Amino acid sequence: MIQFTDIGLYCPQGDFYIDPWKPVNKAIITHAHSDHARAGSQSYLCTPDTLPLLQLRLGTHNYQTAAWKEKVFINGVEVSFFPAGHIIGSAQVKLSYKGETWVFSGDYKTTADGFSEPFEPVPCNVFITESTFGLPIYKWKTQDIIFNEMQQWISQNHAQKITSVLLAYSLGKAQRILPALAATGLKIFAHGAICNVHETLQQQGWSLPNIERITAATNKEDIKGQIVIAPPGADGTPWMKKLSPAAVGTCSGWMQVRGNARRKNTDAAFILSDHADWDGLLAAVKATGASKVFTTHGFKSAFSKYLNEQGIESAEVKTAFGNEEETDTNQEQALNPAS
Amino acid sequence: MKKFALLIRLLATGSKVNVKIKALEDYFNSAPEADRIWVIAIFSGRRPKRAMSTAMLREACIQITGTPVWLFEECYHTVGDLAETIALLLPKQTNFDENEKSLSWYLNQLHLLGSETDENKWAFVQHAWNNMSSDEIFVFNKLFTGGFRIGVSQKLMVNALAKATGQEPAVIAHRITGKWDPAISNWEELLYSSSNENDLSKPYPFYLAYAVETDPSELGNIHDWQAEWKWDGIRGQLIKRQDEFFIWSRGEELLTAQFPELHALAMQLPNGVAMDGELIVLNPNAAPKHIEPLPFSLLQTRISRKNISKKQLIEAPVSFIAYDLLEYDYKDIRDTTLRDRRSLLQQMVQELDHPLLKLSPVIEANNWHALALQRSDARQNGSEGIMLKKKNAVYQVGRKKGDWWKWKIDPLTIDAVLIYAQKGHGRRSNLYTDYTFAVSDGEKLVPFTKAYSGLTDKEFAAVDAFVKRNAIEKFGPVRTVKPELVFEIAFEGIAASKRHKSGVALRFPRMSRWRQDKKLADINSLEDLKKMLELYKNETTATEQPKK
Repeated sequence: MIQFTDIGLYCPQGDFYIDPWKPVNKAIITHAHSDHARAGSQSYLCTPDTLPLLQLRLGTHNYQTAAWKEKVFINGVEVSFFPAGHIIGSAQVKLSYKGETWVFSGDYKTTADGFSEPFEPVPCNVFITESTFGLPIYKWKTQDIIFNEMQQWISQNHAQKITSVLLAYSLGKAQRILPALAATGLKIFAHGAICNVHETLQQQGWSLPNIERITAATNKEDIKGQIVIAPPGADGTPWMKKLSPAAVGTCSGWMQVRGNARRKNTDAAFILSDHADWDGLLAAVKATGASKVFTTHGFKSAFSKYLNEQGIESAEVKTAFGNEEETDTNQEQALNPAS
Repeated sequence: MKKFALLIRLLATGSKVNVKIKALEDYFNSAPEADRIWVIAIFSGRRPKRAMSTAMLREACIQITGTPVWLFEECYHTVGDLAETIALLLPKQTNFDENEKSLSWYLNQLHLLGSETDENKWAFVQHAWNNMSSDEIFVFNKLFTGGFRIGVSQKLMVNALAKATGQEPAVIAHRITGKWDPAISNWEELLYSSSNENDLSKPYPFYLAYAVETDPSELGNIHDWQAEWKWDGIRGQLIKRQDEFFIWSRGEELLTAQFPELHALAMQLPNGVAMDGELIVLNPNAAPKHIEPLPFSLLQTRISRKNISKKQLIEAPVSFIAYDLLEYDYKDIRDTTLRDRRSLLQQMVQELDHPLLKLSPVIEANNWHALALQRSDARQNGSEGIMLKKKNAVYQVGRKKGDWWKWKIDPLTIDAVLIYAQKGHGRRSNLYTDYTFAVSDGEKLVPFTKAYSGLTDKEFAAVDAFVKRNAIEKFGPVRTVKPELVFEIAFEGIAASKRHKSGVALRFPRMSRWRQDKKLADINSLEDLKKMLELYKNETTATEQPKK
């Protein structure tokens, strides 16, 4: 029911794509991260919580929404969204046609983060799962433990009048860490990209702790010893350098491996991911009861091989996008060697 | 152990030097004495003896976690560090041993464990793993499997120790050199008292040069400087005290036993002498007074081998090219000028007149231009370039700018295509950074060198992305890659080699440039490499063993 094409996942019966990389006629969007949601398609279908984020990021398009579990029929294919727990509004897509059910997980995590609708396994015949962290070295500590580490680090910095700069994706992680940051009682400043998402969500009625946008008018002295949230892309830019004296903490699942943290040259590493860890992936796959599992993103060949050894028929999704594991799939652009 | 694990975490993630020094200083001010001593030992390359094979650790982890072997390997190649892979794979502990054991306790146990049965070793490791956090397991495994290569230089540690003890870094650097056993040393004696200087073997910290940054003429009057050839051997210190003889490498390894030919020289050396110079294989058939180095690979085979054959001693005897005198008549003369030290050295070497002891020749030149001309002959003379040393300077400690400079010749270069890639280690974990390159041979591509360095992080990321998209085949951790990316490979020397398919071995190969302007058709050929070999070989490597 789903084909793996150069443009993305394609459903021939329904004639639509899921998270296409190029403009298409009908696009179903799992969530608003830029590697899943791209501009230029004729029409979009997403969850109501994803809608304002798509409008913010992709501009004006022909959008339609479907609530959780609401059935939408496209050329006879029944389409519905189920929570993926990755970020606000993130969905799994369930397709049913002539008694067969396929589910594409999109990006997901199986533990609750306090913001996104928690992941819900969907029984299906065929499950297409992400496998970004599909190796058993990736096992997350609970959010509470990581938040605790973060707060301790911030208070140490504060005592030395050093600003704590946290690198977190502007959509998802930046909001996820907010309650922990607010609990320190310190003032929270943020990069404009994060403020844009923040304001959009607040307009939708999300209750978020207050943050202050850093502008040219912001007094440097006010920031000193406080907290700043910045997108990973800001690292190393003049904008960041102006925050000195500062210590930089990176919030990412990739920080699990010391070498990655060293490569990032970060002062502190917080292992916090919006993707499922190894145990989460396995549990999710088993909960679907699927008889066939496709793996996509990250360590897909290892995860797929392991599933086969466990007696779950599996294959990796071969796409033009990459033959092997990519690095961070969220907004971290791989450089094109030719350009 | 918790404290040490935390120290390692701070040292490994912190990017700022002063933060690292502070972390070490705090540790030295607060950790138990025996632990502090061990930390000095570990960061100055004095690793405890391996009590257990890495294969056994691997096996234990696989058994406990039930991880398939292939998956374990996959994890290992992604993490790039065995100790860390195991720490990440083992189940997280929730109830810890209440009697936390110290770093020194573990290290003493490791020492005792060496003579235990495999069963007992196994039980020890399991018990330890069961009672530690993931960070502790990591450092515990590290102590078994290798050094702590985590971006802590000896210099950094010396600076932290100097702060913690309120002494000069140079004094500390000297005190912690040489032979001392962390298991029985104490803090006071090691760092404060001069009693440890009774150690007859104690070497002096080496003075290390920086590369010339701009035009050497900016160094001022050439007559204030002494120019010597820069030799491609092993930097070493020859010491004789109370009729005992010691050879130290720059990495503070005692190499006395590896170079028996120098023992005859030692018989003639006066007592109370320490010389700084180069251990190097010279052509024994060269004209008298003529220094003709043989390829570095010959020296390499000598370091790794315990038993040295007669043939090797005859065909490839190791000589010592002396360039400085640090101790004379039992007196530390490092604070005298190079001019004075050199004249003493010259006198001594000439009096000894031993065929294996050479005085590093001084290159005479009246101006910088004339010296530059001589430098261009360096490769033909079997040297890497020129050393510039200030004549009125004292002998400093460690890497310091100002008095010594290395002025190396430009490397040789060749354009080659990337054909294999493998993931790196340490900060290159989970990134394809270790490459094999090929030159053309008609229609074929012939691999001729590996190179791991020379690109920026950004370039590595781009090549990594290319490899991930263009991998053709997997051979274990190695990916064969579509031959498309062309790099300029720079290297310091070239020698014939029977061990390599291409028939050549390069010295210090690295990627000097990514030639995005070049295509596969533009790369150099095997013929080009062979021409270089013809031009620059000093001697064929007759004693080199073909690879099995």
